[in-house]
Amino acid sequence: MENNIVLEMKGIDKLFPGVKALQNVDFTLRQGEIHALMGENGAGKSTLIKVLTGVYPMDGGEIIMEGKSIVNHSPEQAQENGISTVYQEITLCPNLSVAENLFIGREPRKAGFIDWKAMNKRSAELLENLDIHVAPAQELDECSIAVQQMIAIARAVDMKCRVLILDEPTSSLDDDEVEKLFVLMNKLKAQGVGIIFVTHFLEQVYAVCDRITVLRNGELVGEYTTKELPRYQLVAKMMGKDFDDLADIKSEHAGKPHAAGAPVIEATGIGHKGTIRPFDLTVEKGEVIGLTGLLGSGRSELVRAIYGADKADSGTLKVNGKQAKINAPIDAMQQGMAYLPEDRKRDGIIADLSVRENIIIALQAKRGMFHPMSRKEMDEAADKYIDMLQIKTASRETPIKSLSGGNQQKCIIGRWLLTNPDFLILDEPTRGIDIGTKTEIQKLVLDLADKGMSVAFISSEIEEMLRTCSRMAVLRDGKKVGELSGSDLTQDKIMQTIAGGDKTNV
Amino acid sequence: MSEQKKFHWSSITRHHLFLPIMCLIVVLLSNLIKTPDFFAISMRDGVLYGYIIDVINRASELVILAVGMTLVTAASGGQDISVGAVMAVAAAVCCQILSGGQTSVDAFQNPLILGVLAALAAAALCGAFNGYLVAHLHIQPMVATLILYTAGRGIAQLVTGGQITYVRVGAYSMWGGALPHMLFPLPVFFAVAVVLIVSLILKKSALGLYIESVGINSSSSRLVGLNAKRIKMITYIICGLLAGIAGFVASSRIYSADANNIGLNLEMDAILAVALGGNILSGGKFSIAGSVIGAYTIQALTTTLYAMNVSSDQLPVYKAIVVVIIVTLQSPVFQKFINNQRAKRAVKRGQTNGGAVV
Amino acid sequence: MSTKSLKQKKKLSGTTFLLMVTIGLFILMYAAGMIVFANQGFAKPQMFVNLLISNAGLLVISCGMTIVMITGGIDISVGSVTALVCMVCAFEMEKMGMSAYAAVISALVIGLLFGLVQGFLVAYLDIQPFIVSLAGLFFARGLTAVISTEMISITNETFLKWAKYSIYLPIGSTNKRGIFQPAFIYPSVIISIVVVIAVFILLKYTKFGRSLYAIGGNQQSALMMGLNVRRTKMKAYVLDGFLAGLGGFLFCLNSCAGFVEQAKGLEMDAISASVIGGTLLSGGVGNPIGTFFGVLIKGTISSLITTQGTLSSWWVRIVLSALLCFFIVLQSVITSRKNKNK
Repeated sequence: MENNIVLEMKGIDKLFPGVKALQNVDFTLRQGEIHALMGENGAGKSTLIKVLTGVYPMDGGEIIMEGKSIVNHSPEQAQENGISTVYQEITLCPNLSVAENLFIGREPRKAGFIDWKAMNKRSAELLENLDIHVAPAQELDECSIAVQQMIAIARAVDMKCRVLILDEPTSSLDDDEVEKLFVLMNKLKAQGVGIIFVTHFLEQVYAVCDRITVLRNGELVGEYTTKELPRYQLVAKMMGKDFDDLADIKSEHAGKPHAAGAPVIEATGIGHKGTIRPFDLTVEKGEVIGLTGLLGSGRSELVRAIYGADKADSGTLKVNGKQAKINAPIDAMQQGMAYLPEDRKRDGIIADLSVRENIIIALQAKRGMFHPMSRKEMDEAADKYIDMLQIKTASRETPIKSLSGGNQQKCIIGRWLLTNPDFLILDEPTRGIDIGTKTEIQKLVLDLADKGMSVAFISSEIEEMLRTCSRMAVLRDGKKVGELSGSDLTQDKIMQTIAGGDKTNV
Repeated sequence: MSEQKKFHWSSITRHHLFLPIMCLIVVLLSNLIKTPDFFAISMRDGVLYGYIIDVINRASELVILAVGMTLVTAASGGQDISVGAVMAVAAAVCCQILSGGQTSVDAFQNPLILGVLAALAAAALCGAFNGYLVAHLHIQPMVATLILYTAGRGIAQLVTGGQITYVRVGAYSMWGGALPHMLFPLPVFFAVAVVLIVSLILKKSALGLYIESVGINSSSSRLVGLNAKRIKMITYIICGLLAGIAGFVASSRIYSADANNIGLNLEMDAILAVALGGNILSGGKFSIAGSVIGAYTIQALTTTLYAMNVSSDQLPVYKAIVVVIIVTLQSPVFQKFINNQRAKRAVKRGQTNGGAVV
Repeated sequence: MSTKSLKQKKKLSGTTFLLMVTIGLFILMYAAGMIVFANQGFAKPQMFVNLLISNAGLLVISCGMTIVMITGGIDISVGSVTALVCMVCAFEMEKMGMSAYAAVISALVIGLLFGLVQGFLVAYLDIQPFIVSLAGLFFARGLTAVISTEMISITNETFLKWAKYSIYLPIGSTNKRGIFQPAFIYPSVIISIVVVIAVFILLKYTKFGRSLYAIGGNQQSALMMGLNVRRTKMKAYVLDGFLAGLGGFLFCLNSCAGFVEQAKGLEMDAISASVIGGTLLSGGVGNPIGTFFGVLIKGTISSLITTQGTLSSWWVRIVLSALLCFFIVLQSVITSRKNKNK
């Protein structure tokens, strides 16, 4: 078994301007194994995959495929070398039939014309062989996501891949569908295909994977045999147990009394179909509540449902003790909520607008179109937050897109502080930000809470949350599974709850 | 000293209106070759006359349209190609009401204000129709407005019963002509008024910021509490309304509603004006001033080409070439290519310099 | 079981549903015409064949339109290109004394040139097809006026022989005196039908054809599956240009003249015919058979309105626009329902 190495990546380095995305990473894949690639946000999983498939050039290291050193310059070249990838987003054409999606670009032909009969026949054989129950002539659009996913895999398999990369294929599948996918994966494994499985779901890793490679902060943590690595330890390895040597800023704020009165947020049975199952959540005044769980656990979706970014389709929400109807973000804003989204580029910044405009836009929207802020008011507001948050920008009229990530994030924080919210939602506010700014943001959160603001804090880094949060809600697989506070608020306990399975009952 | 001067110059050349203004100046100056007295202005009855006044006068409708087109472009990243047809509809409605259904009248059959209001209402309705298709049904702006682009003139014909309706009343045709002691022909005042009012609205409300925000990133805009659909809708209604005003002006010039010819090909000119004004056709930040300068440039170009004996039928050839050049220059692929070339040249220069040192 | 039948139903409510609506609509309209205008000869086979004769050019142009629309693009220059083709043909034969053969070749070359330039701008410079072809529309129309602002009628004998060469069909009607009058068509009809069949085969049975659908369905996916998106798009526009040139020539055979205002709004007819025939504006769906029925519907509307007599000709445009609007909204509803189901 040990000698059946299909793919070996040695000492891979990848630099992005200012960041070492991968540093001396090794990865080994054997024939007929399912190998999980795990790590939190920014760990370097997707960068490693992209280097392997030729999307990014590597800055150092070597890729050895079946004993030969190879260089992939594009996904097509990787495919020729026997490395295929199936992504979370289906990269097939919804308007074509199943058979066509399997054979497009390499259709069987007769006298120069596409031989549909042969194509459908070969598709049927291929699908049968892999136990995928779907008619070749069916339009792809009419298949469930799981089946589409499997068709993408079938395409890869038929193109004679020896290494199959599954990049979070299960994110949008339900339990039954995942089960079917696993059957297929095991079947391929038996045929000798090496599978790299990228996922955030621990259950799934333990259900199908033989080995696990863990990355953290662009570095290799280690390669383990699944059987020998308890869940709890896996979570610890992914999140990193070692505290960095930042001062324990929380102690300065310890022991603040909870203000009396109605809770700021009282959600009962709020849910959004397909992203987060109905949950209850209460947030008191002046409290920092952490939402934890692995990526894809529903932690972002939970706050999006409260904020109205995804309109909740069940449950009721009380804000400051009063029933609130939230149809769109503006309603939530009027109720005193503010939301810093996870994806800064896509949902946060308005790239071509200036720092000033990006800061005032939320307050302006809240006031309404016909109550414009005066130029003086805008300048003062912008200057205030540039000063307070120490945003490094040439001027307040600089387009926000030319600022660094950390400073962009500070602008967005300024945008929301300007609206003077009662409840501030921060989804990964410190992601992709230098360590100094991180600490500043953490301090700011605690200061705000001291002044009576309630904050919901989401982060992939557990220490950061321990430092800032007084209570934590834990999510797993789109469901809230527990709440921890007081003496329960330890790394061990949190990780156990996240990991779930045998050891937990909260 | 020279260092300072250089800095001074670059701050001018870098201004977003620098290129549009340069274009305008170049087009105007090029007239001097064929028409030496191009800039000569005379005065009769307190009204100015001359080539340049003619350009300003004739550009009025285009300026009005360009303002609306700018807003639509900024908010939805597409253009409204129905504005010419909407002008025809507005003109038809207005004349038909004023003539009380007759083909030609010498006196108003209904109050002027009624005709104008009805025309504007019809135009705004057309805008709302386009806006609904774009904002709520998510149809690409130009495909959505294609419907009225073709149907509009038919509707206008329908309104006028297939005739050219004449309103031979001084109180109507004066709006397209000149009054003594007013210095400029009246359409110029319409254009100025529209530009001022729209600028004022944008300044006195947050609409301008909202439009840019929605045009740049509608997902972020929604999360900061903006209603992207409503904002797009508003821009289309404004665009329709302005097309209505332009239709009224165009119709009063010829004191009639000629459904086939009012506003013909003006949609192209309006899009061109927006692009010439330095606005990006895929939406986002915009400059009304740029579009207005663009509109005058187009009219100057038209006048120039007329002066060179190019017939009105042939004009589109030159305009189409200008459009292709502008959109090519704006296209990301082309810009990337230029940047690469520049980088390569810089590298080469660095190498030769290095060689010289060694 | 129930989910399976639901899926079957959904399939019907998709693209097939649109095509059924189109064919149904055509039959309904034509039947209505036959009943209401029976006296004006609407029921005669020749009347139906006339639909094909007068719309042969449009049919060919619409096939080209369908091809670019499948990739998610559009070409609104086709009407002006038609005018240009007619004018060039008329000018060459009448003013320059060139042969009809030279006219055919120049018609095709003009179409190809437009396709090449527009295709390059769309495929390789990523400029919106609408803007590109809008410029093309004005350019071609302007160029027509540059050649001549006067109308030129074609008197070239070879050309007229091509245009009016009657091919008699076995079907027909008997007149009042009981003499059988066979229906006849012109060569242009045969060419247009051949084009429809050829395009059908091209789209269904060649790699190029399927690539067009893939690009329209999801350009990113098409790229990931290793298709050459830019080159395929380029080819689509070149083919569209060629068909616009050929269609323009057929149009010319029908009108036997060239003038500036000719074929104004023809692009709208072609787009309407494609959309009514089931081509999705967002791309990825469409076929020439649907387009064929779309053209027939357009033809039926015009002949109904002409036969009626009192309604003016702009009603054709209005009805067609309304129909287009209806189908666009229908598409939008179907697409959004599909998305919601996910």
